[in-house]
Amino acid sequence: MTTGRPAGGRTRRPPAVFIILGCLGLSVFVVPLVGLLARTPWSELPTLLRGDLVTDALRLSLVTSVAATAISAVVGVPLAWMMARIEFRGRALVRGLVTLPLVLPPVVGGAALLFAMGRRGLIGEPLNQATGLLLPFSTWGVVVANTFVAMPFLVITVEGALRNLDQRFEGAAATLGAGRWTVLRRVTLPMIGPSLVAGLVLTWARAFGEFGATITFAGNLQGRTQTLPLAVFVALESDRDVAVAISLVMVVISLTVLIALRERWWKVL
Amino acid sequence: MSRSLIVALALLMPLLLAACSDSIGDNPARASSEDDLLVSAAASLTDAFGEMETAFETAKPGVDVLLNLGPSSGLREQILEGAPADVFASANTSNMEQVIEAGEVAGDPEIFVTNVLQIAVPSGNSAGVTGLEDFANEDLLIGLCAEDVPCGDFGRTVLENAGVTPAIDTNEPDVRALLTKIEAGELDAGITYVTDVVSTGGTVEGVDIPDEFNVIADYPIAALVNAPNPDAAAAFLAFVLSAEGQAILNRYGFSSP
Repeated sequence: MTTGRPAGGRTRRPPAVFIILGCLGLSVFVVPLVGLLARTPWSELPTLLRGDLVTDALRLSLVTSVAATAISAVVGVPLAWMMARIEFRGRALVRGLVTLPLVLPPVVGGAALLFAMGRRGLIGEPLNQATGLLLPFSTWGVVVANTFVAMPFLVITVEGALRNLDQRFEGAAATLGAGRWTVLRRVTLPMIGPSLVAGLVLTWARAFGEFGATITFAGNLQGRTQTLPLAVFVALESDRDVAVAISLVMVVISLTVLIALRERWWKVL
Repeated sequence: MSRSLIVALALLMPLLLAACSDSIGDNPARASSEDDLLVSAAASLTDAFGEMETAFETAKPGVDVLLNLGPSSGLREQILEGAPADVFASANTSNMEQVIEAGEVAGDPEIFVTNVLQIAVPSGNSAGVTGLEDFANEDLLIGLCAEDVPCGDFGRTVLENAGVTPAIDTNEPDVRALLTKIEAGELDAGITYVTDVVSTGGTVEGVDIPDEFNVIADYPIAALVNAPNPDAAAAFLAFVLSAEGQAILNRYGFSSP
């Protein structure tokens, strides 16, 4: 049989192999979720979620993940700007360092934080002596661990957007008499807005789900450092129904935020 | 043609699965030959039994000791599922009892060592921890294992025995995680087994817990009914219980019963 289709026609069917492999790829994400749903004790869910363990952890998770996202915004956006706009030696190294937390096992990050900012750490010891501030085993420790692990998402997204931005717009605004801050506020930020929001959402979601660095650096104590992922881990040893219920809460919250904000902002890209 | 291929694959499937499960499955008996002695021992005995193996092989040339180390409950399951082993050394009596009930133990098991809990503090003990009552001090950084892992369960029992309500700063997921934070000086004190303290080689110091509050774990050892090498099993048991064997165990912090 010869092919009678028009070359390059838009009606051409996608190759079946791709569809099959794509669905197989999708199943990697869907199958574990289905497993979780199948294990969920639906009728007892309200009772299971009412316990102290869950409400304390939920509150702590929301507070620390939002705090980590705020810190990331304050220092991460300028860092992204530096990386995108300033030519300096060692920029490749800086880029590598920023990306490192994405590929490093979070436990390694947590241990590194402990050695740097622990009570006997490089920075932690003088900091503790000067101010009495102690990061490990404190809620601030959770925020620091979350920031370390999650900020790369923001920096990388914003840096990419800044590099793709046509600088002639900023140039034109400056020529027309806009000051540096006006250009930033009226031209640059609006143009990278969607990427900025996407980066913030990803950063928040990663912080919300952070486990390894948190338990290694900040420890595990209900109401102070025990976030939802840690509560799941602890509950797995004692009461699996509670563990499943908390996992479900995490999935629902994360998925809602990711879908709602991504759909709204990433379409613009 | 494609149908015959499917049929062939369907026929091959069980073979493939068997091959996979065989290579994945933990099958310590695979290498067993006449002179091998397979010892299933609790993970906490890893270092001590490593030295025991060398000493026994020197004393009994021709016997090759194979150590199968793991959590006592996992070793118990292997034995109950028919994985051949000559000797079983458990970190508690309950796992041994289940093996006895299944009729897998030859003769009576013997308690060959005991292990007790100890307060673990960083080298130098900068916080000056002297006993269990310090665990109630809000100003100290106190860590325990999480409530649902054995070291956390025992640690809480000890504190309860002493009537101390601890001011806990962290519940660590396992004893290694707890030791790491004590070793780094981030915690002032925690409760672990004395053998855990010894295993750090001095970076963690131990403070003894009075006997009346302490929890003592008995370690039983026994030869197994289906031992492929019963003579060597009996010799190994005798060696572990001998003065030489006990001296090795004592070096790793275990007490003789």
